[in-house]
Amino acid sequence: MSGTSAYEGPIVLPDDPGFGPEVQIDYPGYRSTRWRAPAHPLATLPEELHRLDGPVFGEDVLAPLDNDLTRQHGGEPLGERIIVHGRVLDDEGRPLRGVLVEVWQANSAGRYSHEVDGHPAPLDPNFSGAGRCLTDDEGRYRFTTIKPGAYPWQNHDNAWRPAHIHFSLFGRAFEQRLVTQMYFPGDPLFSYDPIFNAVRDPRARELLVARFDLDTTQPEWALAYAWDIVLRATPVEE
Amino acid sequence: MTTTPSQTVGPYYAIGLCRRSDDELDPDGVELSGRLLDGRDEPIIDGLVEVWDAVGRRWGRSGTDATGRFRFLVPRDCDVLEVFVFARGLLRHQRTRIYVRTVDDDVLDRLSSDERETLLAQSDGDGLRLDIRLQGDHETVFFEH
Repeated sequence: MSGTSAYEGPIVLPDDPGFGPEVQIDYPGYRSTRWRAPAHPLATLPEELHRLDGPVFGEDVLAPLDNDLTRQHGGEPLGERIIVHGRVLDDEGRPLRGVLVEVWQANSAGRYSHEVDGHPAPLDPNFSGAGRCLTDDEGRYRFTTIKPGAYPWQNHDNAWRPAHIHFSLFGRAFEQRLVTQMYFPGDPLFSYDPIFNAVRDPRARELLVARFDLDTTQPEWALAYAWDIVLRATPVEE
Repeated sequence: MTTTPSQTVGPYYAIGLCRRSDDELDPDGVELSGRLLDGRDEPIIDGLVEVWDAVGRRWGRSGTDATGRFRFLVPRDCDVLEVFVFARGLLRHQRTRIYVRTVDDDVLDRLSSDERETLLAQSDGDGLRLDIRLQGDHETVFFEH
């Protein structure tokens, strides 16, 4: 979206490993932050409020084809069929089971099935672009979908988002909640995208990029990408 | 292991996160509504508010509408809700609280009276109201998380 900000500095700031896994919430190159990123110092909470457990979701929130975005309509969507899979772990490497993983994405032409998206690329009647699943006992999730296209977004002159899939996760603990985006390896748009680069530490940024996975690729059917997601510590007991 | 960084929910989250109505924590509850506002007091029409009654273990979420309004039905016996706010332009979700009833607790004790006001829902007819302001003089208190 075009902002009314007078910011005329660089869209992408230099790397800064000091940020670690944190994203810079007032990143100036992403103009929508200008009037939306809170400016006051964060207040503190008593320790017990950092240890709350969170909502638990069961199979009842799932429909049979929720994990296959290519089979939710009468015909097949256009585009490159892919499998996206991985594990959800906590920061000590323990698999997290029963995590609700929700995804949404643009179609292969870079268009979202959403009334606000004005990009003049075609909608696909066979693609809604939404999925959800629960992780299994080893923390694994898996979706079949099509590779989303890049799209323009008016943040700055000739601004294009690298192809990505949005992910939302509920861990076991309330504060394990994570909303993020998964990117595809080798995207030429990485170095121009302020959202991706708002993660200032280049090593942390790499954690947003999936790995091409030939072993899981299904011959004569679909390429595969593997992406593990690490949530914060699990402070509540089993 | 390094945790996976956050990225913005973006403007199209409703495709994935609002396919079903999840705003009724208690179908017989009291209506809690408010507007999500930016630093110019403009309504945020593409925000998402999630609330969690940690005591009663009831959860809900509401996407903001064309006027920036979110809306829940919350249990009448609930004192306070844990809240996450998501929006385009928020690269990470923000944590706050909504006090459905006035209570004495350690969290409010640490705040100034002006800060406390940003967390206390007010009676409004049959329901409760509280606006969430991401920036500005009356910025809502957000917490470390």
